[in-house]
Amino acid sequence: MTPPPDRIQAAFSAASKRGSAALVTYVMGGDPDLATSRDMALACAAGGADILEIGMPFSDPIADGKTIQAAGDRALASGTTIASCLRLAAEVRKRTPVPIALMGYVNPVLAYGEERFLDGCVASGVDALILPDLPPEEAVSFRTAAASRGVKLVFLLAPTSTPARVAAACDAATGFVYFVSVAGVTGARTSLPADLGAKVKAVRKRSPVPVVVGFGVGTPAQARAVGKIADGVVVGSAIVQRIAEGGARKARAERVRRFVASLARALEL
Amino acid sequence: MNLPDAAGHYGPYGGRYVPETLVPALDELTAAWQAARRDPVFAEELTRLLTRFAGRPTPLGDALRMGADAGGCRIALKREDLCHTGAHKINNTLGQVLLARRMGKRRIIAETGAGQHGVATATAAALFGMPCDVYMGALDVERQALNVFRMQLLGARVVPVQSGSRTLKDAMNEAIRDWVTNVEGTHYIIGSVAGPHPYPAMVRDFQSVIGDEARAQILQIAGRLPDAVVACVGGGSNAMGIFSAFIPDRAVRLVGVEAAGYGLDTGKHGAALARGRPGVLHGSKSYLLQDGDGQIIEAHSISAGLDYPGVGPELAWLKDEGRLELRQATDDEALDALGYLARTEGIIPALETAHAVAAARDLARELGPRGLLLVNVSGRGDKDVQQLRAASQERAATRTRRRPAGKRPATRPRKHSPRAKRNPQSTRRSP
Repeated sequence: MTPPPDRIQAAFSAASKRGSAALVTYVMGGDPDLATSRDMALACAAGGADILEIGMPFSDPIADGKTIQAAGDRALASGTTIASCLRLAAEVRKRTPVPIALMGYVNPVLAYGEERFLDGCVASGVDALILPDLPPEEAVSFRTAAASRGVKLVFLLAPTSTPARVAAACDAATGFVYFVSVAGVTGARTSLPADLGAKVKAVRKRSPVPVVVGFGVGTPAQARAVGKIADGVVVGSAIVQRIAEGGARKARAERVRRFVASLARALEL
Repeated sequence: MNLPDAAGHYGPYGGRYVPETLVPALDELTAAWQAARRDPVFAEELTRLLTRFAGRPTPLGDALRMGADAGGCRIALKREDLCHTGAHKINNTLGQVLLARRMGKRRIIAETGAGQHGVATATAAALFGMPCDVYMGALDVERQALNVFRMQLLGARVVPVQSGSRTLKDAMNEAIRDWVTNVEGTHYIIGSVAGPHPYPAMVRDFQSVIGDEARAQILQIAGRLPDAVVACVGGGSNAMGIFSAFIPDRAVRLVGVEAAGYGLDTGKHGAALARGRPGVLHGSKSYLLQDGDGQIIEAHSISAGLDYPGVGPELAWLKDEGRLELRQATDDEALDALGYLARTEGIIPALETAHAVAAARDLARELGPRGLLLVNVSGRGDKDVQQLRAASQERAATRTRRRPAGKRPATRPRKHSPRAKRNPQSTRRSP
């Protein structure tokens, strides 16, 4: 069997060739319904996103701030499940080659069945998984199962991570490493920590895969600043906020596309 | 067998399913706790606080009339309700505040359901002069107004949580989010044997004083070990506290009593062990009330302290091992048991504890005149008096409307109480 194409690696190479950090965008699957969230993900791709994160809602999202909590509540209210998120990913995959990372909490994945979920990821063209409440220590069997299917498992590092934990996460990481910019939950912030550059530098030095920085990045100026120190920049809550502002689906998609394009332009400056 | 393992696992349960930001803090806490366990100075200070501040050891009483009524079984009551602040929770909060000070943490946060753990945390924080924020579901803020005011009197800030079911699980989500954000200088005092490692083992450790005392006391007054030990189970801290000393005594039955709410088959209950499936919530793997898609289901119990969709991982393990027997009591049965213990023994137990009392009455009858039963009276009912008064008024009204007795829930304070007002972030002033 030929391995699936490494779209993640290709995305980082392409960004680096054009002299830019990769732009990673987040939308919540099923917010406020599946069809709208599909169009929002595609709008991100049209605006120049290099990797599309699609959130899978959970009733008790301990790593998320108010914006993404509310998006998750809307998604659950519209009946979004793991199965529908996989269908959503498949629909996005049909329409764009941009790599897809599903992001969510571990319990719905366990309830769906780990192997069944990973098979679904392969069938839907999902490239990577980000599960913030599944640290490397608890992911031993899941890592093996994901690796055997060519699905990347992205681990998170934080400003509080010790050198030993940085090493462990880098050794376990496939695809990329996700560095959380601030101690805290997801959500746009007015400023980022002063020592972010030094911390990211240390992780990049140790990591065999690209390092993206997320949590708190919400404006083109912040994206540009973070793009200078990292291989990629994640923008989530600021996009989710623009979706939540409402309007017809087309108007929302255009708003999201324009915002993502402004982020992409800022990264190339 | 030494459980948990180094990573906090009890068989397939426990562990650490938390955002990376917290892992170093959990490592630090584990190290501090392990060092404190070996430090005689720490043990001495904790013992001094437990005796001279919290009122330990608590007595082991005889429930003579209750025993006679049940056919002659001897029933011993471990009186944790006599602890300072009214429940066993203070055993743990004093221990954890000492640890926080040892780690140089200057701020305390906690979650609370019934408010007992919040009051115990606020008390310990006041004793050590540390600022304290307590997260409490908005619904519980309303149900347990008296405890909210007690926490405020003790100088704590009570933060009502409006997300999700607005009960204990949501308070815990919010406390975890606070901790992720302020982890450098803040210690999070979890009140139950739940959460990520080391909490389940550490809280059990601090609560094991209950079982250690009770085991020695019952040997002294009855000359033998009990046939069964009974405790209510929400998250499981009072249960693990009294069970832990008896786990190696294979002949002693360990009976955990979960909240059956309106009835196990109504779906409105808090019986995670009896009716849940294994999953991950609040940092560890255990039995959970969840739907087929892995979303957490809101628990229901008349007692806020049992209104939690999860349960400690060690109890999950003891259940799977066949070491733990499970029973349940409905809201109605708990209310009846509460009144019964009050009239028969002169003790008004907490609504949580009343679930254990309900099961104890049945067990005592089953054990017969040669039986010896140990019941953990985990807390007192003062906090519940307002709610009990409303419930008894509603029961009286129901009777006058000539409803067939028994089947209908006697009280549904959650349905009947007005929706929580949009609380401001702080309710430092009295609500």
